[in-house]
Amino acid sequence: MIHIFKNRVLKGVVTRHIEAGFSGEIISAGAELRSLIRKKFGRSLHIREVDTGSCGGCESEIISANNPVYDLQRFGINFVASPRHADALLVTGPLSKNMLLALKNTYAAMPDPKFVITAGDCALNGGLFKDSYYLAGPVKDILPVALHIPGCPPSPEAIIKTLLAFLRQGSPSR
Amino acid sequence: MDRAGLISVIKSKLPDFNPISAAQGFPDEFSIKVSPEAFKDTCLVLHKHLGSPVMMLFALDQRKETGNFVINAVFADFRESRWVIVSMDIRQENPCFETLAKSMHSALLFEREIWEMFGIEPKGSPDLRRLNLHDEVWPRGNYPLRKDFQKMAAGNTGEYNFARVEGEGVFEVPVGPVHAGIIGPGHFRFSVAGEPIINLEARLGFTHRGVEKLFENKSYDQAACLSECVCGDAVFSHSLAFARAIEKISCARIPLQADLLRGIFLELERMHNHVHDIGGIAIDVGFSYPHAYASIIKESLLQLNERLCASRYLKKVNLPGGVLTDMDDEKKELLRVSLKKMKHDFNALVKILYTSVSFMDRVDGTGVLRRKTAEDLGVTGLAGRASGIPEDLRKYFPGVYKEAKFKIAVEGSGDVLARLRIRISEFLESCRLIEEFSAMLVKDSRSKVDLELREGSALGYAEGWRGPVLYWVKTGPGGRLQRCKIVDPSFHNWQGLCFSVLGNIIPDFPLCNKSFDLSYSGNDL
Repeated sequence: MIHIFKNRVLKGVVTRHIEAGFSGEIISAGAELRSLIRKKFGRSLHIREVDTGSCGGCESEIISANNPVYDLQRFGINFVASPRHADALLVTGPLSKNMLLALKNTYAAMPDPKFVITAGDCALNGGLFKDSYYLAGPVKDILPVALHIPGCPPSPEAIIKTLLAFLRQGSPSR
Repeated sequence: MDRAGLISVIKSKLPDFNPISAAQGFPDEFSIKVSPEAFKDTCLVLHKHLGSPVMMLFALDQRKETGNFVINAVFADFRESRWVIVSMDIRQENPCFETLAKSMHSALLFEREIWEMFGIEPKGSPDLRRLNLHDEVWPRGNYPLRKDFQKMAAGNTGEYNFARVEGEGVFEVPVGPVHAGIIGPGHFRFSVAGEPIINLEARLGFTHRGVEKLFENKSYDQAACLSECVCGDAVFSHSLAFARAIEKISCARIPLQADLLRGIFLELERMHNHVHDIGGIAIDVGFSYPHAYASIIKESLLQLNERLCASRYLKKVNLPGGVLTDMDDEKKELLRVSLKKMKHDFNALVKILYTSVSFMDRVDGTGVLRRKTAEDLGVTGLAGRASGIPEDLRKYFPGVYKEAKFKIAVEGSGDVLARLRIRISEFLESCRLIEEFSAMLVKDSRSKVDLELREGSALGYAEGWRGPVLYWVKTGPGGRLQRCKIVDPSFHNWQGLCFSVLGNIIPDFPLCNKSFDLSYSGNDL
């Protein structure tokens, strides 16, 4: 215990720098993304994520996109805890029958205007699982999907770039 | 103990024991076939004698070939470094067997699974509710893992009955399946009286995709791709366990180079997941700085993976027969330099955590899972080691780990701190192991052999970062898969989580949950 207190007093500044290195491209893409989001969504885009039976790889990469290296939040993209706060629904996974109702309810709980993004190959058409007895469809048969982010799983870079390309084309709902 | 030894042990406990057959199919696999009447007693004797929970219990549909269903129970015999598989035939006319769950709790979930997937009833079972095929969407009488299952037939749907706790002041808090974070779906039903949790029931199965059925009739290379998509954060351990099963069936000799490379990748996967969880434990008590710090280490590990084998999650690296990626001197050097830097960063992270009094206060004594409970539930892997169960496949089935002098990490207290400590020591041990393995690599040597897949069955296993990942594979003529049974450590350990939170307050649930960090998809299949 004394050791812990001693360290507490003696501990100096503990912040550190991340080497920018590869992230140059991310920063330039991100700057454009931020200005587009500012224009089209009035400052920020709030996303609610729903897993409908993915293996967890897509979730892991979406979490990675929020880490200090990519830090999606600085470009105005927030992942929110409630669908009530969300502009967009990000769906991963091939849509297991068990998640159909939960997915519909989550979408219904979102305020208008809203749009749906899918991420990962299984969300597009079931991917490797498309012949399974337990799928309730690809997501696009259930909800109006505006954008798909390809990859298995999509890397954080792919997530940022696909979002950017999409927002360049025009806005989904406003 | 030799082969006759185990039989004589069973005979000393069961005088009438007379197995239909007993054979050492592979050096690490001992199979005993018994009559349905003797199955339960044999399993219980093995359970007691080997001190092992039932690691796998599953059915197969052999009605077309023999007119029977078959049930296999797998136990681990760590002293002898082998698996003991007990099997019995069940007549198709009246498919049922006497429940094991009343005497051996670790069999309960498996029996529920056999009941919902095959319609084979465990007679006298205390709990026959369905796990993955939810009553609300899947009518009764549809048994998808039977070979003659074609399409879901309409019928009556039902409802799931949660265990109810009643009394004055007791209320229920339902959570999920859609949670606040970026995380898989699962429903948790807390029964609370005042602050402490008095019961937690996890209803899972929301990510059920019918994986085991999809494995059927696939060729082994197609199935290898599928095994990488079973559990997204344990890609390599799943593909390794599957590959080992196939290699055993085809009696292939895997070059040492491939074993070493697999060791390296398996440990890399362990490292990025452990550091992710250490950060997760910190953020779940609201300590965001170490979380950010850990995320950077995780990201650098993922980027290292990408530079080593062009995949952040080590996909398409492993194949039955060997490894597709080789390490040249340049990659070895990259690995050495990156690991050195990461070890330095990691030690700094550990120091931040250990010197924060408020953090240590939150994790110390929270979410205790006692050893006895863990043993009864069959909790395996990391969570088991934190509760004092000294079991690690890397120790008991060592292979290349023997030369690298693998040291197992065990803690006794079973709380969040113990699980944190295990992760910390395993991360550092993984760093050391990778260095050892990479020093043993031989330049330009073969890392892959061609396979000739035969007909047969075998158990493949690997110690993933959560614990033992088990694949039991049966192939038919032409090398097509007939049945693939997968057990991810999450399957046992979710129950451990439900017991560990008892007496804690709901706000500590995320912390306990993160300290286990179990897979939804690996459990639901």
